[in-house]
Amino acid sequence: MIFKKTLMATTALTVAASGAFAQDMADSMTIVSWGGAYQSSQQKAYSEPYVAMHPDVSVTWDESSNEAVAKLRAMNEAGNITWDLVDVVAADAIRLCDEGLAMEYDPEELLAPGDDGSSAEDDFGDLIVSDCYIPQIVYSTTFGYRTDMVPEGVEPPSQICDVFDVEKYPGKRALEKRPINNMEWALLCDGVAKDDVYDVLETAEGQDQALAKLDTIKDDVIWWSAGADTPQLLADGEVFMGSTYNGRLYSVIVEQEQPVAMMWDAQVFDLDGWIIPTGLPEDRLARVKDFVKFATDTTRLADQAKYISYGPARASSAPLVPEDMKQHMPTDPANAGNTFLYNYSFWADYRDDIDAKFQSWLAK
Amino acid sequence: MANAILTEIKKQPLSFTLPTVGAAGAFAGLFIGTAQGSGLLGIVVGALLLAGLAYVAMEVLGHEKERMFKYGIIALFLVAGYLAGGVPGLVVGGLFGWFFSFFIYWIGEGRYRAKLAPYLTAGQVLWHYSFLVIAGSIFVFLITPILVVMPLSFNAENFFTFTPEMLRFDPEGYSLRHYRNFFTSNEWQSALRNSLMIAPAATILSVSFGTLAAIGLSQPHVPFRRAIMAILISPMIVPLIISAAGMYFFYSRIGLQGTYLGVVLAHAALGIPFVIITVTATLVGFDRSLTRAAANMGANPVTTFFRVQMPLILPGVISGGLFAFITSFDEVVVVLFVGSAKQQTLPWQMFIGLREQISPTILAVATILVGVSICLLTVVELLRRRSERLRGMSPG
Repeated sequence: MIFKKTLMATTALTVAASGAFAQDMADSMTIVSWGGAYQSSQQKAYSEPYVAMHPDVSVTWDESSNEAVAKLRAMNEAGNITWDLVDVVAADAIRLCDEGLAMEYDPEELLAPGDDGSSAEDDFGDLIVSDCYIPQIVYSTTFGYRTDMVPEGVEPPSQICDVFDVEKYPGKRALEKRPINNMEWALLCDGVAKDDVYDVLETAEGQDQALAKLDTIKDDVIWWSAGADTPQLLADGEVFMGSTYNGRLYSVIVEQEQPVAMMWDAQVFDLDGWIIPTGLPEDRLARVKDFVKFATDTTRLADQAKYISYGPARASSAPLVPEDMKQHMPTDPANAGNTFLYNYSFWADYRDDIDAKFQSWLAK
Repeated sequence: MANAILTEIKKQPLSFTLPTVGAAGAFAGLFIGTAQGSGLLGIVVGALLLAGLAYVAMEVLGHEKERMFKYGIIALFLVAGYLAGGVPGLVVGGLFGWFFSFFIYWIGEGRYRAKLAPYLTAGQVLWHYSFLVIAGSIFVFLITPILVVMPLSFNAENFFTFTPEMLRFDPEGYSLRHYRNFFTSNEWQSALRNSLMIAPAATILSVSFGTLAAIGLSQPHVPFRRAIMAILISPMIVPLIISAAGMYFFYSRIGLQGTYLGVVLAHAALGIPFVIITVTATLVGFDRSLTRAAANMGANPVTTFFRVQMPLILPGVISGGLFAFITSFDEVVVVLFVGSAKQQTLPWQMFIGLREQISPTILAVATILVGVSICLLTVVELLRRRSERLRGMSPG
């Protein structure tokens, strides 16, 4: 009798267990990302090993992160969510979360604990800037310059204020066609202390002060809007220096071997990560959760750093980053002497006003 | 015919030849001078140099030594170009030498009048050539963007840049790597496959529906012909983004969004107007008594259509089909809405490629597509000529 009971219990357990595993998971996923070198690092580090473990799963990549917010709104309105996992920057994630388009999650349930034994929540720390956001990497917006265009007898630019010094460093600069980062840099170089930057920028006079500083180089600026613009302009010799994402500059310098060098001063950190759209059917949600747990564990995040110079969002991944890659990481102590963290709450509150001001200044 | 001389030519006076050639030299000098730093100096040097050469050609050497003069000038310009700018200078110099050695005699000997009617006034002759120059400039203006793209697609570097190696015509500066990338990369190949699946399917649908609609609408007894025609042609007139957004919401509701069928139907709707227009145009020249004759001989309407009407309007059907094909093959807005990543077509891939990663692979693809388009348009033109010939509109 006892034996029979045990047998039955085991059978029941097995059935339950296999039921739990076979909990219907969809066998295809559409993942949205940014394309280019960044997406291919994600494919190599996350989706290729995942598909190797689950050969019946097919993954489609959609390079639409740029218009993710607009498209998710349309999908929601049409009641037809075709994306399973979307890669967005933190600011977009906060917006999507507020609008109810991204799913809130519990880090302890969805994410694997760190390899060093820390809980997922501690491992990601402050980087979980929204209840919907699953951070992957830390990247920075910083400057690169053409080494062969540095004037004779002048040391290469190394300070953010060198960007504003057209006397010493003549030549065109590439800046992003939006106020974020540019306003902060302008104030820093107009004598505002780092800690006061956002207090000053809150006021109308502060905004005018920043624009007045930008005015001094306006004639020398080429405005960019896509991450690929500055690398192209630098490679062309069209600009002397320009801001862009550090991974793009890494590719220009290391992979394309262009005469370009980094200038890390006053780099601005930002995050990139996943959100799961709300309203996914059960089976697709189960598949995405399974994938996210795998793709954001300590090893996978560290693996991604082999392919692109962005810092993993988990503290426990940092020691696993390959040595030769560490020097290109924005978080490396040698590069992170003077840094900014993108101020989400400030820009969430002031973005529309300052954007309007900036655009009308541009048109002047 | 083509080589007949309409007007007796005679040598022009120096007072005409020298200023004209000098002006042309000044014009060329303006560009070269500006490139070298001083436009004004370029104008003066160009004018003096060319006027001097024209004097030598006309007065010293004369008509008999024309051949010698031409080779001399070309050699001179080649050497000067090479000394000034290396291999690229050599090519530019050669072209200049070839043109001006011809131009000097063409003006000096009065050959420019040879093929014009003798009664034209000087003003009319001037206008004749000005017109050719204006038309040529417009052609250059239209074609230059394409011409720039083609050599750039053979760039050995990963940027849209004419590298110094390329400008020196150094083989090192050129490579087929972007073409190789196109043919080996999974993304580009699946985009090509999608385009090659969607475009023909959409074309077949547009051609069948468009031809039927055109034939129906050309019957005089159909009510509301103009209104129906306007509605059918509207996808061509309504801004694409509006059709695209509308289709997106409609297709989402009925489950066609993100399917091949959805994209094919959307593209068919865009292609139908082209077919209707071209087929309606061919039907204008179609003689209705032929169908009545066929009916008289006992053929039913279907047989009449396939044996009598279809062969005669075929050129219109085919050129409409080609336009429908190109529309679908080039379309990016609608597919961005109606398709999902699985239906990513070539233009879509190019669009995101251009935004996220400026890679010359896009230029390689563009060059290939330009080649395909030229072939298709040549076919359209040949068919048009054939149809005109059949209808007796041109002697051909």
